[in-house]
Amino acid sequence: MNQVHRLEQGGRIDRTRQLRFVFANQALEGHPGDTLASALLANGVRIVGRSFKYRRPRGIVAAGMEEPNALVQLGAGAATVPNILATQAELYDGLLARPVTGWPSARLDLLSVISAFGPLLPPGFYNKTFMWPRHGWRFYERFIRAMAGFGKAPREADPDVYVKLNHHCDVLIVGAGPAGIAAALSAMRAGARILLLDEQAEAGGSLLGESGSVDGRPVAEWLSNALAQLQGSDRVTLLTRTTAFGYYDHNFVAALERRSDHLGLVATTGARQILHRIHAGRVILATGAFERLPVFANNDRPGVMLASAVSTYIHRYAVVPGRRLVLFATADRAYQTAIDWLDAGREVIAIVDPRPAAAPLAGGMENRLLDVLARRNVQLLRGHVVTEVLGRDRVRGVRIAPVSDDFRALGGRARDLPCDVLAASSGWSPVIHLSCHTGGRPRWDAGKLAFLPAARPDCLTAGAVNAIWERQACVEDGYRAGETAVARVGEQETAAARVGEQETAAARVPRVTLANATASTSVEAAPEQAALFLVPHRLPVSRAPAQFVDFQNDVTAAAIRLAVREGYESIEHVKRYTALGFGTDQGKLGNINGVALLAEALGKSIAETGTTMFRPAYTPVAFGALAGRDVGALFDPERVTPLHDWHLEQGAVFENVGQWTRPWYYPRAGESLDDAVHRECLAVRRGVGLLDASTLGKIDVQGPDAGEFLDRIYTNRLSNLGIGRCRYAMLLKEDGMVFDDGVVARIGQNRYLATTTTGGAAAVLRWMELWLQTEWPDLRVWLTSVTDQWATIVVTGPDSRQVLSRLCQDTALDRDAFPFMTWRSGTVAGVSARIMRISFTGELSFEINVPAEQARTVWEACYEAGRAFDITPYGTETMHVLRAEKGFVIIGQDTDGSVTPIDLGMPWILNQRKPFSFPGKRSLARSDTSRPDRKQWVGLLTVDPAKRLPEGGQLVDAPDGEPPVTMLGHVTSSYLSPVLGRTIALGFVTSGHQRLGETVYCRTANGEAIPVTVAPTVFFDPEGERQNV
Amino acid sequence: MLRIHCPYCCEDRAEEEFVYAGEAGITRPLAPEQLDDAAWGDYLFFRTNPRGAHQEMWFHASGCRRYFKVLRDTVTYALAASCRMDESLPLPAVDVLP
Repeated sequence: MNQVHRLEQGGRIDRTRQLRFVFANQALEGHPGDTLASALLANGVRIVGRSFKYRRPRGIVAAGMEEPNALVQLGAGAATVPNILATQAELYDGLLARPVTGWPSARLDLLSVISAFGPLLPPGFYNKTFMWPRHGWRFYERFIRAMAGFGKAPREADPDVYVKLNHHCDVLIVGAGPAGIAAALSAMRAGARILLLDEQAEAGGSLLGESGSVDGRPVAEWLSNALAQLQGSDRVTLLTRTTAFGYYDHNFVAALERRSDHLGLVATTGARQILHRIHAGRVILATGAFERLPVFANNDRPGVMLASAVSTYIHRYAVVPGRRLVLFATADRAYQTAIDWLDAGREVIAIVDPRPAAAPLAGGMENRLLDVLARRNVQLLRGHVVTEVLGRDRVRGVRIAPVSDDFRALGGRARDLPCDVLAASSGWSPVIHLSCHTGGRPRWDAGKLAFLPAARPDCLTAGAVNAIWERQACVEDGYRAGETAVARVGEQETAAARVGEQETAAARVPRVTLANATASTSVEAAPEQAALFLVPHRLPVSRAPAQFVDFQNDVTAAAIRLAVREGYESIEHVKRYTALGFGTDQGKLGNINGVALLAEALGKSIAETGTTMFRPAYTPVAFGALAGRDVGALFDPERVTPLHDWHLEQGAVFENVGQWTRPWYYPRAGESLDDAVHRECLAVRRGVGLLDASTLGKIDVQGPDAGEFLDRIYTNRLSNLGIGRCRYAMLLKEDGMVFDDGVVARIGQNRYLATTTTGGAAAVLRWMELWLQTEWPDLRVWLTSVTDQWATIVVTGPDSRQVLSRLCQDTALDRDAFPFMTWRSGTVAGVSARIMRISFTGELSFEINVPAEQARTVWEACYEAGRAFDITPYGTETMHVLRAEKGFVIIGQDTDGSVTPIDLGMPWILNQRKPFSFPGKRSLARSDTSRPDRKQWVGLLTVDPAKRLPEGGQLVDAPDGEPPVTMLGHVTSSYLSPVLGRTIALGFVTSGHQRLGETVYCRTANGEAIPVTVAPTVFFDPEGERQNV
Repeated sequence: MLRIHCPYCCEDRAEEEFVYAGEAGITRPLAPEQLDDAAWGDYLFFRTNPRGAHQEMWFHASGCRRYFKVLRDTVTYALAASCRMDESLPLPAVDVLP
């Protein structure tokens, strides 16, 4: 097929180059400068997809972002991109596209049999029909979902790179059409730093597809001159192919720049797309307007197009999408399309305009247009409407009829006109989407027949988004907005500057008045725009051929009427019931028609009915662009200890603990997790083990009031701790629940080292700072995180003293000189260290703290010195088993923020004699926290010693019984204990401390009931003799 | 994305640097043990949740690590003022919903 609809001259395309592309397995050609849509039209392709629900054939309606039908899937494989608008896809050589709907093809859709049953598929059809039998939906859903939906997401990883860029500018201008460019010019002259965005490949907006003049100069000349000025300024950044898709609080705007999508599917250099994160002092929205399509029977037939889109295809792409045109227009400015069509050498059958024949022609009508139309013998059928499109797979003609003055009833006889394109326009809707993203409520202007954006001091609007339609008036409005924006940025400057700006503002007044006067004069002179949304048909709405409101979601006028009959009144409810404004389209084309139809059906005004809220994103955004570089290894910061490389060399298996990557276990050849943990556990109990505990949080607490501070914030007393001594300590939240725990060591008179859990370090520091800064600012205390500065190497087990004695000569290690729960300064393997005699295994333990950069030296020395004792490095899993054997709680595993120290059976950690009421103390006396029947932490021993309970398993009183049964509690930790030769578990049981020795049952998901004996939490060495040797 | 003025750093910074830290101006009772459960519960759990001006605490987590006070409009998200903990926010006359 050749480019049958391409004009020989004109357009902003490069005819010297041919671009080959494939659409729906059809090889076609276009030119640089084409979009996929313009190239398809040039090649005479009419059907570009099938409708969502009724499978009706659909063609290209629009030339821009508002296109509802021409959704395509680009490419194949990992780089395939679903749901791209053909009107937005720039053509490149080798482009491969297919419609996202239609099976086996859009031209011959076997499912189009559904359209014959259209009247049987009202809104709510699926909910009403497929709910029977009760569980039937699960069966039907598979088939319905396969039929529904648009493009397919790729299953492979995205091969492209995406980046994010931050911007800070005085004024952000969204839209580089006449108003946006004018705003940029005036803001630039006032000295502001400006970011100007436009979604198209070229700046200029509507100016690119129009003739005429601006500021007394031809459009093209004004545009090139303006762009040259902007590009010549170092204060202006112009980004094309960039769509602002989200407007967030405090003038933060997210915009997506498509760097390489016009060249191919995968970027050959750099990033495919850039997400611009823009922090703007002031925002000017110059986003323009979308044309509306009236609602009439079969208005979705391929060949029905927006009038402005027809003009754009002719001017910008040199494509005339047919031979014979009927223009259906409700405002005379749309007549330009008929002139454009004639200029392209094609035939205009008639202009159909519903405004009464008797009324004077609108004041805005330029005589030139009238003269041309009269000279070329174009029929102007005033007082008429197009009631129905004839033809099935394409427009073959239209049926017209006289209409009453209020456009509600037909009068006189209908007749048919032959044509292959119907261009239609029922007015324009400002693109107010961005202005609604931060909660702005648009207001309906009954005179302009448009929703106008809400005004805000830090966000201005300019041009067609303000329902200003004349080109020159838009430019004037842009100049005004640019100046005002700069003046408002300046409002934060000095008072003197403010006076100067007010004078400037006063000088600007005449121009503003002029722009307003121009607009209002034309409104007063004549009914510029007919308020026509739904065109009457000889049949009632419910019986007439489908009159589409929302093409993408197949919402008809009848569906909206039905929703109202079924009791829906709010536009938000009707939207969700009918799917009006859903999908990738978000109601760009149909929203206002839908609102108008609903208002009419409800007997309300459009202002009362209101519009649905528009939310980000304005256009679909690839997940890859939102993720940027935060993918793979960079998804989340990964923290490793200074000994990480050693663990890697030893073949450790790792697990994530918060952001930390920690050795989980160190398997030897052929060992499973259980095998390795069994070996590691016994090594610690019988010989000596080595653990990297560097991830423990460490906070250096210094100052004259450090002891007082710790006394206040912890549950127990720490000011009376002797220098060189350590104490286990606990933190509660103000509600009395356990928050964190650790060991506090007194380093000096005014200095302590507080350790925290691995996951709690940052939260504990923030908690301490909160109390210090907000409640006790009088305390002279300073807190410093030293987690990363110190590595902690744990040597533990009966042989640990002998290992350490080979490395440390300057410190006495015997029990009397260096007792349990003390710490000493010493030199280990030539490195200055703080050695702490604390134990998380229940064995004789030395925790050696050394500067992080010397950790590996000391660790390897320990490992070498321990060889004679078969020293065994162990990971977090063994650490968990060993502490569970001793009944040591792990905050965050055994607790969940609803557990008090009493529940844990640790009342001894609460010092009730301290004068200060520490955080959480009062709450422990609340009626709920002091209940005796709370869930309490206990040991759990299965009656069968080989049976291991599932962590999270629910505990109940009886082995049987139909649900619901009363839950007694649950299992928090469960392991196989090598030293005990049986399984052990910890968990919560209601009133558990009173139920020791009783039997409860763990009911599992597979129906098992495991008998469990409630036991004390300490399973091994209850007297604590082994750690105190 | 809020732009928050840190009164210690004396600059507007991006929201990502901060952590919200609850309503400001909640006075901790001096003698908690003297209070009955209802009064203590009131301190512990009940907040004003106004429509409009709201006194908040923010923590400059990725910055100076200081807590400070912010006056934020819960409808518009506009930040009217921020100040150090030992200073007072300029509180407007607002209707607090009961």
